[in-house]
Amino acid sequence: MPGDSMTINERSVGESLVLQPEGDIDLSRSPQLQARLAEALGRKPARIVVDLSKVPYMDSSGVATLVQGLQHCQRAGCELVIGSLHPKVRSIFEIAKLTEIFAIVDDVEA
Amino acid sequence: MPESRPTPSDAMSPPEIQVCMLSQPRLLGAVRALLENFAERIGFCERGRGELILAVDEALTNIIRHGYDHAPDCRIWLSLRTIESPRHGIRVEVEDHQPEFDPENLPERDLDEVRPGGLGVHLMRSVTHLCRHERRDEGGMRLVIEKFCEDGGDADESGSPTSRSEDGSAPPEESM
Repeated sequence: MPGDSMTINERSVGESLVLQPEGDIDLSRSPQLQARLAEALGRKPARIVVDLSKVPYMDSSGVATLVQGLQHCQRAGCELVIGSLHPKVRSIFEIAKLTEIFAIVDDVEA
Repeated sequence: MPESRPTPSDAMSPPEIQVCMLSQPRLLGAVRALLENFAERIGFCERGRGELILAVDEALTNIIRHGYDHAPDCRIWLSLRTIESPRHGIRVEVEDHQPEFDPENLPERDLDEVRPGGLGVHLMRSVTHLCRHERRDEGGMRLVIEKFCEDGGDADESGSPTSRSEDGSAPPEESM
């Protein structure tokens, strides 16, 4: 929707494609992340890293987008890694029991 | 579509804040900012504020997606009150005027099943002390959320709210 777009930075680190969204991810913005993940997967990287260091808030639609992204990556033979979660976002992953489903790293540069 | 203004769910004092928003996802951020400020001023810690915001945000998202089917011109009312009974905290009432929408029928997935969706209801119940849907006499639904604030934080040692059900008893474990 106009006026509510989200910046998603991108960089390559070795064989990894790093996506770094900026800002809250909620119902208005999760479709943008979903489209960007699909587009990135289409380039067939070995690994997609979603750097959430600049995402202070995520709701269930954002989590669902990442779950869907994980499933698409698994089918395509691509690894999906989530990194640098804010405490509030991490707590949502914990409540949803998703911390053992995703590969989560504290520092995406490590 | 007929509309009617919100009414208190029971005999309570008028809300301290009452806002009406259109059913547009881009407005969710503004509501989060309002809740953040209100909750901070009555003493909620950062974690408690975050959980309250998550619960209300999920409620609004459910109404926009499932109640109004993404129609951007429907109305949602929020009423905020400070409560002192049974404990100091916040009561939020979220009301819509979609008569066909029954949130109790929303899908709630088994957390052991890894698939997108079905998390919203679980998140709401997990982070609040009361989460109850009511039918409005005027049509539509009212969601009543209560979250308590305690000295030194508003979560127990496990980090989860001590929930209660409508009759005040402890809830079953699966509702967290």
